[in-house]
Amino acid sequence: MPDNLLAVGLPGILAVTDTARRSTARRQPTRRNAELLMLIFAWGIGVLGTLQVGWAIGRDPDAGLWITSGVVGALALIMHGVVRLRAPYADPILLPAATLLTILGLVMIYRLDVAAARRAELNDNPLPTPDVYSQLTWFTVAVILFASVLILLRDHRVLQRYTYTLGLVGLILLVLPLAPVIGTTVNGATLWIRIGGFSFQPAEIAKILLTIFFAGYLVEKRDSLALVRTKVLGLGLPRLKDLGPLVVAWLVSLAVLIFQRDLGTSLLFFGLFVAMLYIATQRRSWLVIGGALFMGGAVLAYYMFGHVRLRVMVWLDPWTYATDEGYQIVQSLFGLANGGILGAGIGQGFPNLVPFASTDFIVAALGEEIGVTGLIALLLVYAILVERGLRAAIAVRDSFGQLLAAGLSITLGLQVFVIVGGVTRLIPLTGLTTPFLSYGGSSLIANWILIALLLRISDRARRPDSEVLSPDDALTQVVRRT
Amino acid sequence: MSELALTLVRLGFLTLLWAFVLITVLVLRRDLKMPAEARPTGRQARQGRAPKPAKPPKATKQSKSKAKGTKLVVIEGPLTGTVIPLDDGQITIGRAPDSTLIIDDDYASSRHARVYPAEGSWIVEDLGSTNGTWIDRTRITTPTVLPLGAPLRVGRTTLQIQK
Repeated sequence: MPDNLLAVGLPGILAVTDTARRSTARRQPTRRNAELLMLIFAWGIGVLGTLQVGWAIGRDPDAGLWITSGVVGALALIMHGVVRLRAPYADPILLPAATLLTILGLVMIYRLDVAAARRAELNDNPLPTPDVYSQLTWFTVAVILFASVLILLRDHRVLQRYTYTLGLVGLILLVLPLAPVIGTTVNGATLWIRIGGFSFQPAEIAKILLTIFFAGYLVEKRDSLALVRTKVLGLGLPRLKDLGPLVVAWLVSLAVLIFQRDLGTSLLFFGLFVAMLYIATQRRSWLVIGGALFMGGAVLAYYMFGHVRLRVMVWLDPWTYATDEGYQIVQSLFGLANGGILGAGIGQGFPNLVPFASTDFIVAALGEEIGVTGLIALLLVYAILVERGLRAAIAVRDSFGQLLAAGLSITLGLQVFVIVGGVTRLIPLTGLTTPFLSYGGSSLIANWILIALLLRISDRARRPDSEVLSPDDALTQVVRRT
Repeated sequence: MSELALTLVRLGFLTLLWAFVLITVLVLRRDLKMPAEARPTGRQARQGRAPKPAKPPKATKQSKSKAKGTKLVVIEGPLTGTVIPLDDGQITIGRAPDSTLIIDDDYASSRHARVYPAEGSWIVEDLGSTNGTWIDRTRITTPTVLPLGAPLRVGRTTLQIQK
């Protein structure tokens, strides 16, 4: 009967290995409960901050405040639910960290609304419309888009197929504010488009689309960018032909600087491209070339454009210009100094004295009220976000996913560096939004889409092998022979 | 609300903020071990990821024991430089995550080809891939002997058996 035994035994063995596989899959924790607890924690911090505003001005919390907090909590839970269903193995920290930042932004905007209302009362002016509700509306839109990205985009590699389309759309979005009729200039920078009653900053979305484009492009071209080179002075230099894309990126960012007068965006794009080139090719020479081009561009811009020169002069010596051009930065520094180590306490400082306190200078406003202690915690949350993104980049296996996750994290990190560095006078001030914190719909939406993409990639990276869906031969491209 | 209470709330808020950061670090610390355990194959395949040209093969002392070659080396493509030691088991090549050599290439199939030992040499078999498995310039249709040093092409990747 050996034959018979084998026939019975073999399926039995197969079944055993099958269960063994499944149980290993079950042992891989998804960490969704940790994520939920962290989310509730973040929400609690936000509620305490909101209550603190009321306590500081001696007003009891009204029903509206509880409803608003409830809405924010519900939005966070919706996002958690979507992640649980659609990206169960995704990183547990990304969502709570971004939520905490968004909530702190809402608290600060609410706090500035309160200050503006009190001031209007004192001067017998009509009450200004509060910003916090429109920010909350934008947050709702952001949550809807966040959910759509996670639900509709099942695999980030799909994006690779639209590399050039998305790149083109990104470029168009970038220059759209220059278009007549819909383009709008605010405070000297042409960054906005206005359609109907809505104004939008298309560069924020362009940031993500161009990161996808860079990732797709570099995956395709990195071999020639990394391998073919001539040695000059002990440094391997790429062929002139391969330098093309870098030069194009440089010219585009210079064009943004010249025509839109937007220093921050220009810096962000060029830095992002150079960093991604470096990651893709692992060649230090790109950093050297990129750095040289940046220095060249910076010097050029300094001598050619008055507004750039002014920024640098104000940066070097704000006190000379304390009442005019340097007013913003000086007020920001006063605010931070007033905050000191422990901060004035939420609701107890004067952050409304800083111009643009809810947008460009929200870090200064927060810094005044939570002090350097709170600000460092805040920057650590950003650092953790970036670190989680880079970790997803390391863990994911396809090179497009790696570059995309790394690029998105770098965008986030670079943006925080440029704006926080500007507000604290480490580098010349450039107008960029602080991700998640700043008042403004485009920025909030774009950054939540960014988080959705990072979650998608990290879900793919951390998913146990046995659960990876059926082999995706449908994605194999057929070699065409002519 | 009294001054004292406000100060306490203020400090409490900062404490909570820092607690959030510290708990995050705790969550992450528990998390650090997992990916390493979960995917040994991925690690192996990624070790040679740097798109640097393949280093000249080191003269190994044990190579004389087997005349048929001891390692499969990627000589072209994104994984250039990756070395897979050949022992007595079979090696699968493809995009599927359970392959021995995971190649991330749009032109490779999930289960593209396998290499296995038989009668003192290494045999390549195409596993019904979309774009075929090639030894030098010929597309293989049946299990074929892979001679030492012959270029084996899978998608955009070229492999070679070396001593």
